[in-house]
Amino acid sequence: MRFCLMMLLLLVSTGSYAQLNIFACEPEWAALSAALAGEQAEIFTATTAQQDPHHIEARPSLIAKMRKADLVVCSGAELETGWLPLLLRSSANPKVQLNAPGYFEAALQVERLGIPEKLDRSQGDVHSQGNPHVHLDPRRLLTIADALSQRLQTIDAANASHYQQLLQTWRAQWQTQIARWEQEYAQLRGKKVVVYHDNWRYLLDWLQLEQLATIEPRPGIPPSGTDQKRLLEKLATQKPDRILVAWYENPKAARWLGDKLQVPVVVLPFTVGADTHSQDLAGLFERTLHLLRGDGL
Amino acid sequence: MTQQRFALTTLACAIALASPAVSAQTGTITGNEFNPAISLILDGYYADHHDEFELPGFQLGGEAGLPEKGFGLGHSELTISANIDDAFYGSASIAIHEHDGETETELEEAFVETLGLGHGFTLKGGRFFSHLGYMNSQHEHAWDFADAPLVYAALFGNRLSDEGVQARWLAPTDLYLELGVEVTRGDSYPGGENSGTEGKVLFAKIGSDIGHNASWQLGASAYQSEFFSRAAESHDHGQEDGHDHEEEVHGEFLLENGDVEIAGVDAVFKWAPTGNSKAQQLVLQAEYFQRKETATVEFFEDTNSLLADYDGKQDGYYVQAVYRFLPGWRAGVRYDAIEADNRFVELEADGVDLEEFLAETEFDNSDPITRRTFMVDWSRSEFSRIRFQYGYLDMPHGQDELFLIQYTMSLGAHGAHRY
Repeated sequence: MRFCLMMLLLLVSTGSYAQLNIFACEPEWAALSAALAGEQAEIFTATTAQQDPHHIEARPSLIAKMRKADLVVCSGAELETGWLPLLLRSSANPKVQLNAPGYFEAALQVERLGIPEKLDRSQGDVHSQGNPHVHLDPRRLLTIADALSQRLQTIDAANASHYQQLLQTWRAQWQTQIARWEQEYAQLRGKKVVVYHDNWRYLLDWLQLEQLATIEPRPGIPPSGTDQKRLLEKLATQKPDRILVAWYENPKAARWLGDKLQVPVVVLPFTVGADTHSQDLAGLFERTLHLLRGDGL
Repeated sequence: MTQQRFALTTLACAIALASPAVSAQTGTITGNEFNPAISLILDGYYADHHDEFELPGFQLGGEAGLPEKGFGLGHSELTISANIDDAFYGSASIAIHEHDGETETELEEAFVETLGLGHGFTLKGGRFFSHLGYMNSQHEHAWDFADAPLVYAALFGNRLSDEGVQARWLAPTDLYLELGVEVTRGDSYPGGENSGTEGKVLFAKIGSDIGHNASWQLGASAYQSEFFSRAAESHDHGQEDGHDHEEEVHGEFLLENGDVEIAGVDAVFKWAPTGNSKAQQLVLQAEYFQRKETATVEFFEDTNSLLADYDGKQDGYYVQAVYRFLPGWRAGVRYDAIEADNRFVELEADGVDLEEFLAETEFDNSDPITRRTFMVDWSRSEFSRIRFQYGYLDMPHGQDELFLIQYTMSLGAHGAHRY
């Protein structure tokens, strides 16, 4: 009896607060949605910082969540091509299909880097629409936030002014933070890095770091021993300052290279929720910059 | 000729003049952007076995059987799919394969499906793989082993694929719950000739996650069909061509006025540390099906014939575990078993009696048939796979071993795989 009452209460309470169900493909978009939608939204995050967003299975739980979504916020640009189209089709949800206002691809709101001139799978798992990992450039996040807020205002017109207000607050804070980061970490400019996968491009673009090489011989293909030796030879003449690995990636190959080159390997959170410091977007950037600088760079 | 060339040149110029404007808007030159997604599966193998594949007690249908010995090609499968407009999605899969020394083209699937119909409903029409069971709707290249489980081979002729319509409904709950119904022609195995609407399937699936590391799905399904007649050979002595063993030529028999009912349950459990299945993953999977069918058997041998009542019960299951122990490497084991319990009552004998019929067809065999299979596969990327498989088949009259090296490569569009 008490259980039934509690269930009823729960149903009533969720019914009155959550106006908008948001399905975020990655934690960074959940964080941005939370900042821009506030309490109006109930946000579900499909992946965690420990998972490779390229390789997610279209699990039953994700289909069930997609069914109820009013808005889907994903990186897009083919990052989720192995699972998102199937979820959309299986959901039977008209609000979030490709051309509906409830479908939002963050990467398509900004200028993308690394659009391949030639599409060939011998180049690995390349994305024809360019590098989709756009969230690590805080300037691009501003543009994305504008577009996302616009979307929220379209979908939930009744609360448009609320969303506008949240955007303005977030924008002001974010711009101040960008200015501070750019000043505080200016010393990073021009440093050279080797990355495991080509998913740091937008961060490097913002900080003006130079990417010497990727440890993966081709996007999505783990390096073999031969690949590793070849890379070591290549880097003998041009030593990087840092080797970058994302939280969800296997750091083994990077550590081997770091040992050989005597270069520090930095495991970065990559997205929100990876460690206790990166619980929101500002925390993620703060932590990333802090780890990048490390000692003595 | 000159005129044609002129026309072509004009056309080329027109396109050349028009394209800068287009590319300025979208960043790429359009024209083939609306082409559907095209994917081609290349599948080839080397196989060795002793030509023994008998499932006495089961009437074989569909594609059940052994691969041809030596080098061979599996299903080369071309899939073309796209959103047709904002309301429909369409997909066609054409498989080209060798059968009895001839190249056969088979339309595996050709269906349209609604997109975002709302309220959780999806309608599908055309030829499609039934959503019955867990594996049935997967294409061959997505299977974890090179061959279908015995229970699929024996009861469905590898899979249930038919023409018709499907409606499914997804519940608006956090727990994944999907219910579906299919009405189809019902003439593909284990169905037979009928008025064209006799195939019926019901299915229900539930599933969810357990923390971030694991997920599961359970399913139950039922199939029912009626037929005027279903032709069959008594039983299959291997698929090898040009082996005409005189003593193995049997009469043919027909099942008439049949009624087929199948019920099954399936379960899948997947586990990956931190849910990152690319690095490491364990998949446990099992399915059980039971078939009950009744019909009148009509058996002909030369000028002799027999009429009998047939009341059959067959069931089987498989359990398998596949473990990805390194990003590119997987290993798997599977255990298969099927068993039949068929009853006959003689109605009319003309020169051949029930005993002779059963002696020849072994249709009353009730000894279980089992198989153990092991596989290891390696993938350079998600688009390529090389697989080694060994299977040991234990039948009432003997054993067979199947050794297989298989490649499965996927070209073109990046197809998303179902859970």
